[in-house]
Amino acid sequence: MTSASWAEKPSAVGRTAKTLVLTLIAAAILFPVYMVVLTSLSTQETVSRAGGLVTVPGELSFAAYEQVFAGGVVTRAVLVSLGVTVAGTAISLVVTTLAAYGLSRPGTLLHRPLLFLVLLTFLFGPGMIPKYLVVSGLGLIDSYWSLILPVAVTAFNLVVMRAFFMSIPAEVTDSARVDGASEFTILRRIVLPMSKGVVAVIALLYAVGYWNAFFDAVLYLNDSAKWPLQLVLRQYVYQGQSMFAGQSGDSVAAGHSLPPNLAVQMSIVVIALVPVLFVYPFVQKHFTKGVFIGAVKG
Amino acid sequence: MLRQGGTVEDSGAAGDLTAPAAPVSTRRRGPLARWRAGRAARPRPATFGARLRRDWQLLLMSVPAIGLLLVFHYVPLLGNVIAFQDYSPYVGIKDSPWVGLANFQWLMLDESFWQATSNTLTITAFQLVFYFPIPIVLAILLDSVIRPRARLFIQSIVYMPHFFSWVLVVTLFQQMFGGAGLLSQILRENGRSGIDIMTNPDTFILLVTAESVWKDAGWGTIIFLAALAAIDQNLYEAAAVDGASRWRRMWHITLPGLRPVIILLLILRLGDALNVGFEQFFLQRDAVGREAAEVLDTFVYWRTLLTGEWSYGAAAGLVKGLVGLILIVVANKVAHRFGEQGIYKRS
Repeated sequence: MTSASWAEKPSAVGRTAKTLVLTLIAAAILFPVYMVVLTSLSTQETVSRAGGLVTVPGELSFAAYEQVFAGGVVTRAVLVSLGVTVAGTAISLVVTTLAAYGLSRPGTLLHRPLLFLVLLTFLFGPGMIPKYLVVSGLGLIDSYWSLILPVAVTAFNLVVMRAFFMSIPAEVTDSARVDGASEFTILRRIVLPMSKGVVAVIALLYAVGYWNAFFDAVLYLNDSAKWPLQLVLRQYVYQGQSMFAGQSGDSVAAGHSLPPNLAVQMSIVVIALVPVLFVYPFVQKHFTKGVFIGAVKG
Repeated sequence: MLRQGGTVEDSGAAGDLTAPAAPVSTRRRGPLARWRAGRAARPRPATFGARLRRDWQLLLMSVPAIGLLLVFHYVPLLGNVIAFQDYSPYVGIKDSPWVGLANFQWLMLDESFWQATSNTLTITAFQLVFYFPIPIVLAILLDSVIRPRARLFIQSIVYMPHFFSWVLVVTLFQQMFGGAGLLSQILRENGRSGIDIMTNPDTFILLVTAESVWKDAGWGTIIFLAALAAIDQNLYEAAAVDGASRWRRMWHITLPGLRPVIILLLILRLGDALNVGFEQFFLQRDAVGREAAEVLDTFVYWRTLLTGEWSYGAAAGLVKGLVGLILIVVANKVAHRFGEQGIYKRS
């Protein structure tokens, strides 16, 4: 990362080309996001004058957000997504951390077969239909648990965490063990405080998975009143359907059956984006360390 | 509470210890030494009971995760038996009639199955050529950015779309390239007719690849950056002293250094050849049409959940899973032949 003595200075042309390419890449990623945010904050007039997405800031307004949250559909979906994300992430973290620590000492009873059981899930998926049958057999259809339990443990995350725990020197935990601490105490008081980075990364990976849950919801939630945000996003923004059709015939008759205007649509996109954008910078610095370990040792 | 823990039970276990393999000194030094030695290979107490008494806490910790994997991974794996049945949800697996390989025979005669298979393989092959190298190139480019702050900034940006959902990514692409999107708008303002890339079956493969690149190419650099960081800097220095140019050093040091990771990812990609991802295709299937956008996963979904042909869908899923498994094993064998480690070691 630091410039090494043997590296000759890059040529001006090379440096310019590199800067240009990297700037273009960054712009290609940021620009759509910028336009979507700007459009969601624009007034109806600005949007229609632009004829589509707004690229140049005009008059700003929060009208779109007010309309979206007044409708009820989006508000409910946000609450569902938030609830599933918070509960799911908590469950996933606890279960994964416990197992990662429990399997982090080679030579414990059943260590090899259990680890094998975890690793084997990498190779072979059970398939959508049998999985659906199990979920429905457990009576989880139309229950929020169907979005959490089947994906509560990801083998990859478990292996990453386990690799990190294994990299903690044995001397550290041994001293506690000699003092008579139980394994639970060692995990809680010694190992976890040393593992904040990897826990943060794993938490983010799980949380993003729950927040973005789409297909599981399509499969397991028939009741559209229980839909999480991603499904609402598909229906009202990607497919551009009316937000109020289907709720009651009156609102359709009253002229509400038009698809929501662009600013409203984009405000739903932003609502789906914001939590990710908000949490991401805090965790980002741990990525390299956390995911490298899993990548190298996994 | 602490008394239940390690040491008390452990010293009890140590008393039972008769394992001849364990060095005497280790045994005398008690649990601490045994734990320490256990980092490499834990000496085994002779009896199951003794090991259980020593390890029950660690075992207990693994129970919830293992339980969840059993219920939601291994039990459904068994549920694949319905592929050999004429399954009806009203009757259940136990009482549904067995039909042998009939479902698979139908599958082989089903044109739409082969259509989905060919779409899947085409997309995989296309992405292998036009997507796979991009993270490698991007990683080498990022690695050459030596100012830490600039590098971290760029990295943060390119990783970001990985965390967006597919609905979001497809929606963003629609806003950019759809019939009412930005591109069409610009074209129309310049007096040309607008285009709608989002619904064109002929360019669908380009569209999905572009979406994948936008979403995940940056994230894909992580593993290559790790491999790059692991390359011995002395090699570069030695090569530079010997007069190797920048490009020669990349060719003779950087790329060989990345070789194991590239091969590992190629194997994984091959094993995933039939797994192009579900949501991206599910979302765009209607807009683009079945001919271009139906892949195996969406085939299973539409055939099963909408028509109730459970056994048929399970058969298609099973074929897909088995072929994927075979591909992984074969690819790994090939990797071993080339002297690479692959994803699992030669046993």
